[in-house]
Amino acid sequence: MERYYQPEIECASREQIKAWQDQRLVQQVRHVWDNVPYYRKKMEAKGLTPEDIKSSDDLYKLPFVTKADLRDAYPYGLVAKPLKDCVRIQSTSGTTGKRVVAFYTQHDIDLWEDCCARAIVAAGGTDEDVCQVSYGYGLFTGGPGLNGGSHKVGCLTIPTSSGNTERQIMFIRDLNATILCCTPSYAAYLGESMKEMGLTPDQIPLKAGIFGAEAWSEEMRQDIQNTLGIKAYDIYGLTELSGPGVSFECSAQCGMHINEDHFIAEIIDPDTGEVLPEGAKGELVFTSITKEAFPLLRYRTRDICVLSREQCSCGRTHVKMHKPMGRSDDMLVIRGVNVFPSQIETVLLNHGYPANYQIIVDRVKSTDTLDVQVEMTPEMFTDNLGEIERRQKDLVAGLRSMLGLAAKVTLVAPKSIVRSEGKAVRVIDKRKI
Amino acid sequence: MYIKQISVFVENKPGALYAMTGVLAQNKVDMRALSLAETKDFGIVRIIVDNVYAATTVLKDAGYVHSVTPVIGVAIPDTPGGLNKVLQVLTDARVNVEYMYAFLGGKDVDQAYMILRVADNAAAAAALAAREIRVVDQEEIERL
Repeated sequence: MERYYQPEIECASREQIKAWQDQRLVQQVRHVWDNVPYYRKKMEAKGLTPEDIKSSDDLYKLPFVTKADLRDAYPYGLVAKPLKDCVRIQSTSGTTGKRVVAFYTQHDIDLWEDCCARAIVAAGGTDEDVCQVSYGYGLFTGGPGLNGGSHKVGCLTIPTSSGNTERQIMFIRDLNATILCCTPSYAAYLGESMKEMGLTPDQIPLKAGIFGAEAWSEEMRQDIQNTLGIKAYDIYGLTELSGPGVSFECSAQCGMHINEDHFIAEIIDPDTGEVLPEGAKGELVFTSITKEAFPLLRYRTRDICVLSREQCSCGRTHVKMHKPMGRSDDMLVIRGVNVFPSQIETVLLNHGYPANYQIIVDRVKSTDTLDVQVEMTPEMFTDNLGEIERRQKDLVAGLRSMLGLAAKVTLVAPKSIVRSEGKAVRVIDKRKI
Repeated sequence: MYIKQISVFVENKPGALYAMTGVLAQNKVDMRALSLAETKDFGIVRIIVDNVYAATTVLKDAGYVHSVTPVIGVAIPDTPGGLNKVLQVLTDARVNVEYMYAFLGGKDVDQAYMILRVADNAAAAAALAAREIRVVDQEEIERL
């Protein structure tokens, strides 16, 4: 028997959903026009006024918002509420102008947590459950989002945050955690660790997992389900829109329902910007219609994906998105963290290394690895091995603070990085997802 | 007065050292001594050669990153206690040795040579000379 957190919304008729979207979009456009000069300018540049947007059918007229807009408007340029009404920020890891700082009113947080609660209930969660949140807490949205959702559902929440695998396993076993929230790669790692400890799936109290913030395959899902003895559910979100819970998987485990009462999804041609018909593959674009503090209209996610309105066996009526199939820019998602090659380049230059580098991403035992290969130069070379290693360590520390994750640095011979047509191949992603 | 040691960056992988010595061989550079310091990923090859100018030029042309470091060379009799005496002098002079390596060679078979990388070349050379340890220079190395 399928259960819902907000059945009247999650199973609403398509007409009802459209009516909500029409009304909320019109309101939202007025809200940003009145409160965000940056948006007003963008709309004026297209000759638009709020009167031109009469329903969600007019959405296509609005200009897109991109990462570049977020950078230009950083930090307050897109905030639509007085700061006294904002109660929190969350942020992505980037710092070379790619950093996203999103603002929330209490109302925004409330709605975000509702979205996460829907995901937990869709995964079978009730107030009888013990939910361990092993996503990072802090600026990253994973921990705070699922933590809030878990509270709303009434689960006993274990806020372990990420890391310290031994302690994670101890809590799962001692407190009988039934739901696990973390990145899929960490779930796989926890599964492997418990297997090595000799634990069989029936000795692990978990029954469901909600895994997101990075790409994972159907094979990985099967592996995680088998080692942990659970059902593994996908969840999707972006800090720009709120965080996890923009969409989530239901019992059908086939595509994620987008919370359409809060977000309008479109698929566009990434080259022309033209809206594509349902079922077409293209770039996912979201408009947040209920956010107060940080309302993004037609935000280009760069995720390539397909939408489907086919009736779902779970009873939910909201549109489903397939797992993103790739990115239309150079962003990498490594261990749930967004990484741009340009960030790595900045750190290298700051540390005196040349911009001749290569990023090798791989997945070893279900965990993403990041190896930055840097060419040695006469300027950086010295006869003193200790000095070279010290510089290497400084670089690792610099990368860690820029990216928020550990990278390995390998010094390689000059001109050893393969160049095609004179341009180095910057990223080699060996992960088979 | 000092010996010009060439330090070359090489990756720690099969064939890397061979490729470098190949460059020297093709260009008829004769090595007097070689020492290798390695990490997991890369190494520094330290060499003493008969023709520093030729060696550095061909290495540079072949794309190798390198540097030239002045080091101390001493000739010591190839007998027990020979090295010990040298280190005694440096210890007395409080000169720290960062690394060193030895080679035998030349016409005099009873002679060994030590290459020393020390914290203070001038202090080391003065202390060694004062205690009658023969310090060898680049020219002598080249003639060997």
